[in-house]
Amino acid sequence: MDKTASDIIFKSCGELEKLLDSKQISSVELLNIFIKRAKETDDRVGAFLTFYEKEALADAEASDKRRAKGEKLSALDGIPVSIKDIISEKGKQLTCASRILKDYVSPYNGTVIEKLKSAGAVLWGRLNMDEFAMGSSTETSAFKKTYNPWNLAKTPGGSSGGSAASVAAGQTPLSLGTDTGGSIRQPASHCGITGLKPTYGLVSRYGLAAFASSLDQIGPFGRSVRDCAVLLKAIAGHDFRDSTSYKVNIPDYAKDLDALPASKTFKIGIPKEYFAEGLSQEIREAVEKAIQFYKKKGCVIQTISLEKVSLAVPTYYIIAPAEASSNLARYDGIRYTHRSKKATNAIDVFAKSRSEGFGDEVKRRIILGTYVLNSGYYDAFYLKAQRVRSLIRAEFMKAFESVDVILTPTVPNVAFNVGEKSSDPLAMYLEDLYTISVNLAGLPGMSLPCGFTKDKLPIGMQLIGKPYEESALLQCAHFFEREHDFHRQHPTL
Amino acid sequence: MSNNTDSIDIDYLAYLARLELSDAEKEKFKNQIGNILGHFKELQEINTDGIEALAHPFPSYNVWAEDEIQQGFTPEEALMNAPEKKDNELVVPQVVE
Repeated sequence: MDKTASDIIFKSCGELEKLLDSKQISSVELLNIFIKRAKETDDRVGAFLTFYEKEALADAEASDKRRAKGEKLSALDGIPVSIKDIISEKGKQLTCASRILKDYVSPYNGTVIEKLKSAGAVLWGRLNMDEFAMGSSTETSAFKKTYNPWNLAKTPGGSSGGSAASVAAGQTPLSLGTDTGGSIRQPASHCGITGLKPTYGLVSRYGLAAFASSLDQIGPFGRSVRDCAVLLKAIAGHDFRDSTSYKVNIPDYAKDLDALPASKTFKIGIPKEYFAEGLSQEIREAVEKAIQFYKKKGCVIQTISLEKVSLAVPTYYIIAPAEASSNLARYDGIRYTHRSKKATNAIDVFAKSRSEGFGDEVKRRIILGTYVLNSGYYDAFYLKAQRVRSLIRAEFMKAFESVDVILTPTVPNVAFNVGEKSSDPLAMYLEDLYTISVNLAGLPGMSLPCGFTKDKLPIGMQLIGKPYEESALLQCAHFFEREHDFHRQHPTL
Repeated sequence: MSNNTDSIDIDYLAYLARLELSDAEKEKFKNQIGNILGHFKELQEINTDGIEALAHPFPSYNVWAEDEIQQGFTPEEALMNAPEKKDNELVVPQVVE
């Protein structure tokens, strides 16, 4: 077996597990390869905010000892996983890419972290993101920008840009991100990798710094559908500490994929509104080619109508900022955040600390959220948006009466240049057009690579599934991926 | 795209949100938010009579916790990120005259 780094860094976690099991490589060696790769490339990609080398190598060593004794904990034992800097890991930073939390150290592990540690995963880095997950390009991070490994002049998408870029660049095999309006799926699409947002409530939010509590979900990034299946299984499940977490049986998603019969087909809905004007021609062609593939292989392709998609952006950009304005009230300069040195009284300490600590996008959304929740405007905006949200969800559920999965492009345009949209908030918000309604409806959604532009920028397609039916969703994605090799491509850095 | 900034009392909103904004920031945010809200006018035209507001996509009802003592933070853990502390207490600016 070729143990050269360049061979290892783009392997799937299933392949890495086989190498570890057959003792061709140790977890310590594996981690060192990824650390080296990250150190060599991150000056250009900028995915990581920090590594925790010593602790991670100790974890890797412990994994090797377990394996030697035949006590492997799970498929993830000894596999490196990096974490978006918004999920609490005890003893590590939790900046949420914000100055207001720049010195914060977590006193506890979030549930997904506990689960990954129990599975033996080696957690080793904190990844860059848009500040408090508010953004679609990772440009609002208070600390640094992240660049798209496929073209370093472009953004990787956001808000989980660091999580997507680090996997795309071969710096880490797996990562966790979060998705409130598309923040896993959109960067997965821009970076040519696979990312999944679970059904709302499937994965515990305990330990996740909240942005919009009725929309946020933690989810996996990986080099393949199966990688996401393995990571999803490890983090999913009911948690009494998250009262919105759902009691539902978690199947072995990867096993379901491995057992997918060649003859299994799907009923796939294609919403015509997602293919209207505004969609880039190259994306349209790649996604339509994918639809033809499914059809050729015996799937039933049905045109459906999801006309409420035009309302998704205003609905989301009323609900999410409203919830954010409430959730971010806790960053007050009192208990655990940056506290302004210029404050002399109680009101001052809040206002000055928050103003010094928050960036523009965060301030803008807090003010927007405060406005729509303000008495006098509450009915016209927030309540109205929540009612429209009902209509959006009802429309999806009606479509799922006749189809198993819905297929759309993930984004209307491919990765854009750094700085191109950062001064036009509305233009940035419109990038989320296809992903947002999935969060509003609470459905599971994923993006997988389905092509490239002539400039070698990745194109992703989105699959949307029925609530809590991630298995069927992953199977439908795997059905496409197993006969294509877009996911095996990687950028040259 | 209409820019209806008349209804945006930026000073009041900043006060509610406990944010201190410069004059330039106030003007910028007022305009940007006016622009964004103007774009959202189409929402008003949708008929939502009789439609229930959806606060959560899959609501769980009556989620109870057992009345059992759970492991909590020690005072040291709880205060580990405190900007200023003394004797296991948080030090804050004077509130009461």
